[in-house]
Amino acid sequence: MSRASRGGGRKPPAAPEVGTVEDLLSRAHAMEVEAAERYDEFAAQMELHSNLEVAALFRKLAGIERKHADSLASDLRARGLPVSAAAPLGTRGKEGLETDSGESLHYLMTPYHALDIALQNERRAVAFFTALVEGAGPAELRELAKEFAREETEHVELLIQWLARTPKPAKDWAYDPDEPRMPE
Amino acid sequence: MSVSAEALPAAKDFKSDAKPVWCPGCGDYSVLTSLTRAFAQLALRPENVAVVSGIGCSSRLPAYTNCYGFHGVHGRALAVATGLKVARPDLTVVAAGGDGDGYSIGGNHFLHACRRNVDLTYVVMDNHVYGMTKGQASPTTEPDWDNALAPGGTGVRPFNPLVIALASGANFVARAFSGDVVGTADIIAKAIASPGFSFVEVLSPCITFRPEQRGWKESVRPSPVATTDDPARAARRIMTDDGFNIGVLYHGNRKPYQPPIGQKRKTLSEIEQGFAL
Repeated sequence: MSRASRGGGRKPPAAPEVGTVEDLLSRAHAMEVEAAERYDEFAAQMELHSNLEVAALFRKLAGIERKHADSLASDLRARGLPVSAAAPLGTRGKEGLETDSGESLHYLMTPYHALDIALQNERRAVAFFTALVEGAGPAELRELAKEFAREETEHVELLIQWLARTPKPAKDWAYDPDEPRMPE
Repeated sequence: MSVSAEALPAAKDFKSDAKPVWCPGCGDYSVLTSLTRAFAQLALRPENVAVVSGIGCSSRLPAYTNCYGFHGVHGRALAVATGLKVARPDLTVVAAGGDGDGYSIGGNHFLHACRRNVDLTYVVMDNHVYGMTKGQASPTTEPDWDNALAPGGTGVRPFNPLVIALASGANFVARAFSGDVVGTADIIAKAIASPGFSFVEVLSPCITFRPEQRGWKESVRPSPVATTDDPARAARRIMTDDGFNIGVLYHGNRKPYQPPIGQKRKTLSEIEQGFAL
């Protein structure tokens, strides 16, 4: 496994702790918002290190997550629910399912690495929603989880296709004969 | 960013508009996020918090917060933080920095800050290397770390900061991992809430000069034992673990040092009277 592709190693949660449709919607919204913010942070890091191709890709991924968040916000409003600051969906004590911690990044990373990070994020979401569908929650909750699982599975498939079209990184992609020196 | 009088700040309200210049993948990004989450968790306000640092990659952290900040002299973060807290006990004071700054250049300040037990929190982002100056061995570097600047390794026994902190009198000793943003935020919040000197060692990988540290996320684990208030037991545990047990490893109950403030200062002639024969 490449250095930048190791970030998706988090195990999916075994037993999702979501009790109601409202809870699921509002926490899914928080998850998408957090993911968008993190991708924007990654883009800013790449811009600073002049890796503009990967920066643009992270911005694009942030935009996609933001669209999902907007859509969920509309759903919440349609149900008369507040679009408030809920805890993002995920394992208790962790960041949201679609939020990478950032430690897989590298200033010389390629679009392939960035897409791989996105793929791992989406896969965690699929695993989570699938577990929710198979769980013992109310029927309405499991129905919505099923819809989310289908959507996330589509995202996974799209990313796999995207990765297939993207050149794989060279073996020595991280080699830099003169590593960065940080000015004080 | 301004924070309204009514609303409690969220974690992002503690971040400044300055974009960090750390290498992408650096653990310090996550520590910044954890620190701001901890502030929000404790319902603090940026204007009531001061973040003090020395020199090094991680010491740039104060600039990335929206709190009061002091980016000071190499190794002297704790000296500044101590003075600030003693003079302004109403502030929440957090010192931040790296292993080189804290354990080598500032090693003596570290010992005495632990000993004094002033009510402040010291967060050290330990990556076992001097990253800012391109990868020299630091006090916590493994003796056999082979690299261009220390061929074959230094052969020198690494510093054990947690045991030193404990032996020197720190009232709260914890180890965290930057890759666990939420867990680190919880530990930092506990450290800030704990009276006295709190020391949080955060394993924060330097992926540029120590790429093998990406493997830390597979090595860290929650400490298998509960927090103790017995320093001897804590010392034994810390000295016998492999450096990857995460959690609050010691939480004592020493009273923090806080000299009285606001007392009338003596005039020069009053001081001179003390020396009169």
